[in-house]
Amino acid sequence: MATQPTDEVLLDIHRRMVRIRTFEDEAGRMAENGFIPGALHLYVGEEAVAVGVMAHLTDEDQITSTHRGHGHLIAKGGEFDRMFAELFGRVDGYCKGKGGSMHVSNLEIGMLGANGIVGGGPPIAMGAGFANKYKKNGNVAVTFFGDGASNEGAFHEAANMAALYKLPVLFVCENNGFGEYTPQRDHQAITDVADRAPGYGMPGVIVDGMDVMAVYEAAGAAVERARQGDGPTLLECKTYRFYDHVGRRGMGRTYRTDEELAEWMKRDPIEMFEARLAEQGVLSADAAKEVHEEIARDVEAAVEFAKASPMPDPDALLDDVYA
Amino acid sequence: MAETENGKRELSYVLAVKEAVETILNEEPDAFVAGEDVAGAGSVFGIYRGLLDEFGPDRIVNTPISEEGIIGLGVGAAAAGLRPIVDIMFMDFLGECMDEVTNQMAKMRYMFGGRATLPITITTMCGARNSMAAQHSQCLESWICHIPGLKVVMPSTPHDAKGLLIAASRDDNPVFVVMNKASLALTGEVPEEAYTLPIGEANIVRPGTDFTIISYSRMVHESISAAETLAEQGVDTEVIDLRSLQPLDTDTLVASVEKTHNAMVVHEAVRFGGMGGEIAAQVQELAFDYLDAPVGRVGAPFSPVPFSPSLEQSFVPNADKIVASATELLGL
Repeated sequence: MATQPTDEVLLDIHRRMVRIRTFEDEAGRMAENGFIPGALHLYVGEEAVAVGVMAHLTDEDQITSTHRGHGHLIAKGGEFDRMFAELFGRVDGYCKGKGGSMHVSNLEIGMLGANGIVGGGPPIAMGAGFANKYKKNGNVAVTFFGDGASNEGAFHEAANMAALYKLPVLFVCENNGFGEYTPQRDHQAITDVADRAPGYGMPGVIVDGMDVMAVYEAAGAAVERARQGDGPTLLECKTYRFYDHVGRRGMGRTYRTDEELAEWMKRDPIEMFEARLAEQGVLSADAAKEVHEEIARDVEAAVEFAKASPMPDPDALLDDVYA
Repeated sequence: MAETENGKRELSYVLAVKEAVETILNEEPDAFVAGEDVAGAGSVFGIYRGLLDEFGPDRIVNTPISEEGIIGLGVGAAAAGLRPIVDIMFMDFLGECMDEVTNQMAKMRYMFGGRATLPITITTMCGARNSMAAQHSQCLESWICHIPGLKVVMPSTPHDAKGLLIAASRDDNPVFVVMNKASLALTGEVPEEAYTLPIGEANIVRPGTDFTIISYSRMVHESISAAETLAEQGVDTEVIDLRSLQPLDTDTLVASVEKTHNAMVVHEAVRFGGMGGEIAAQVQELAFDYLDAPVGRVGAPFSPVPFSPSLEQSFVPNADKIVASATELLGL
């Protein structure tokens, strides 16, 4: 897997990261403007993790996501218009307005849902991995979860079973240093969640989660290992949440210092990657700017689509409780 | 297995369940069984005994003692296209997996706007029997009946166990098949061919004109016994086996009450907050004008299940208690 990614792959990775960032910033604004009911957990700062992993997956590979799930869906191929419509609670949303931000999903591209329950995803990904092995289809199931979720029993049961059955599963810990508002040092006695991997009989790998190529390389090896039938890997990506647990803002909070946030923002995953692409002559600063502008126009159009989409009819309330 | 005089085949409850699972696995390549000790031991209750040899370890999958993982395995595998049968050894262990049951399995279809289909069958055992005490004896069906998205059946006989289990596996929703440990040794007529019983339809097991007993699972048998005693006292008692608690067949209940004008719900679960309250309320809402008295309820007292045999016996409702409650309700 050490093969050098083509320029096409690099540009695709860049585009996916910018798509997440642009979508999330607009979602934050839309929430502040009253268009998005409920809780909104933004992925800004962590884009390199979703994209570095998802660059190796097909629509047939499955993922489970978290309450902070928009980035995973976008990286997996989710469409802006259906996503904004869902966040707005509209009938054209991916879940017909029944799920919202915390349950946005698209099973057609293997995205088995954002999940409002911290730690809810790993057992489901383990089950999807079981199905892949049962069907011998070569697909991989990836579960994204945070440092906070790594303290949930569900994570431990899923990790043990995935390793026991040698399932094609990848456990991606997005260690952003906080379980909601509680810093990692106050919620677990370890610094590296990957230290837990040997306890389940699987390799644990730590990467810089702000460096998309580091994530890409490590995830590539782990996905390949899973596809070959060699079982799961725990990939810990050290990352940081630029905004708050809910909504935007970020600065001026008591649970973390502005200095700490500023230090991490100096290592913005998109800026770092753009600098590298410019240096390699793959994407000039001007060309990068064009990508941002084009995606901003896509976001604008998607917001208009969502605004025009009707609210669900009250008669739809009881639809789809049962098949 | 035995032949009765008229040539019909009798089977134990345990073997009826096993035969149902055999049928399911033979007709549906995407079906498999996963749970604690289901492979080598065939489950501690023997319902899967012998299936490992027949279907192999890929389809009869032993799991660690990890109930949340077991339900998660079912949810993820179903979301990825399989039709899992997952076993939670004792219903009391639902506490270990209620997030995956309540927040994931039950809601995924609705939350995703109908774009997920989760055909999962969950087998589990309830009931106070053989002094298994407070953590291995409970009837917790009201927990799962309260959650939209789940179906719940509680077969009382070998015949119903086979028919409802096959129906559960063919249903595209998560269906709990809750069996009572005290019913496992029952024998009864079980046709050899594959058959299903409709989920959501009650069964009138003893027709009557004067009084309706609404029951399910193990308590159906105690209710029938109580009905015989009541008949001797001149009360022609109808006994309805609900078979399915979610969905609930209120039509059959209302039709019965229109005829008998008196009804009582009987279950083994603790009476307070039990299904009896919901069923009584619905019957009263739908058939108030036909009722001569409030719908009665018989259930276990508000206590954990005790260990000592004498205490366990006094905890579980029985025919005598049902007769006593009915006599009081009917003013005999």
